[in-house]
Amino acid sequence: MSETMETRRAAPEKRSIAPAFWLPFGAGGMVAALFGPALILITGFLAPSVFPARFASYESALAFARHPLGKLIILAVIALFLWHGAERVFLTLKDMKTAPVPNLKVVTYGLAAAVSLLTAIMLLLVGF
Amino acid sequence: MSDRRPYVRPMDPGWWANPTYRHYTIRELTGLAVALYGLVLFAGLGALVRGPEAYAGFLDFLRSPFSFLLHLALLGAVVWHVITWCRILPKTMPKLIIQGKTVPQETMTKIASIVMAAGSGVLLLIAIGAAAR
Repeated sequence: MSETMETRRAAPEKRSIAPAFWLPFGAGGMVAALFGPALILITGFLAPSVFPARFASYESALAFARHPLGKLIILAVIALFLWHGAERVFLTLKDMKTAPVPNLKVVTYGLAAAVSLLTAIMLLLVGF
Repeated sequence: MSDRRPYVRPMDPGWWANPTYRHYTIRELTGLAVALYGLVLFAGLGALVRGPEAYAGFLDFLRSPFSFLLHLALLGAVVWHVITWCRILPKTMPKLIIQGKTVPQETMTKIASIVMAAGSGVLLLIAIGAAAR
C-alpha cells in the first residue's frame, strides 16, 4: 500500500555459463601446477634424449595408451591443459578488448573442445 | 527517483602494455604455455595413432634443437605460472584462522610451493625409476 516503502523487485538475474568453464580451468591449473614441470622435463628432455630407448619406444607408448589408466592420464592431461589455456587466453583477450566476447569464446573454447574430442577419439582408435 | 548512471572511467585499450601492468600481462600469457604443451602432447598422440614411422618422426622432432628450445621456453613459462599461482592462491582464499591466529599469505604460498614441487618431484622419481628398471 505504501509506495515509498515498496521495494522494486529486481529483474531475474541472467545466469552465466562461465562456471562450467571454470571447473576444467581450475582442474587444469591444479594438474599443471602439480605435475606440469615434471611432465615437460620428462617428455621434452629425458624421454627422447636421456632415458634408455625402450622407455619412450613405440611399443611402450602404445602399451601406455592402450591401458585404461594410461588413457585416463593422457586424456586428463591434454584436455585439462587445453581448457586451462583456453580460459586463460579467453579472459586475457577479453580484458585486452581484442574482439567481441562471443567470437573469443568460439575460438578459445572451441579449440579446447575440438582437441579434447579428438584426443578421446584417438585414444579409442589406438585400441585396448 | 532517477536511475543510477554510474561513471565508468574509460580505459586505454593498450593498458596491458603499460609498464605498471606488464607483470600481470606476462603472467596471463604464461597460461598459454600450458595449452601449447598440451598441443605438443596432442601431436605426439596423433603420431602414435598413425603408426611406428610417424611416431619415430615425432621422437626425432623431440630431439631437434627447435624442440629443445621450445620445451625450455615452455618449462620456464609453466614454472613461472606455477610460482605466481602459488602467490595468488592466498589472495583468492577466504581468511584462514587456525587456533586464533590468521595464517599469513607467505605461509600459504610456501606450503603451496612445497606441494607443487613435491608433485613434480614424485613424478620425476617415478619416471626415473621406470626408466632405470
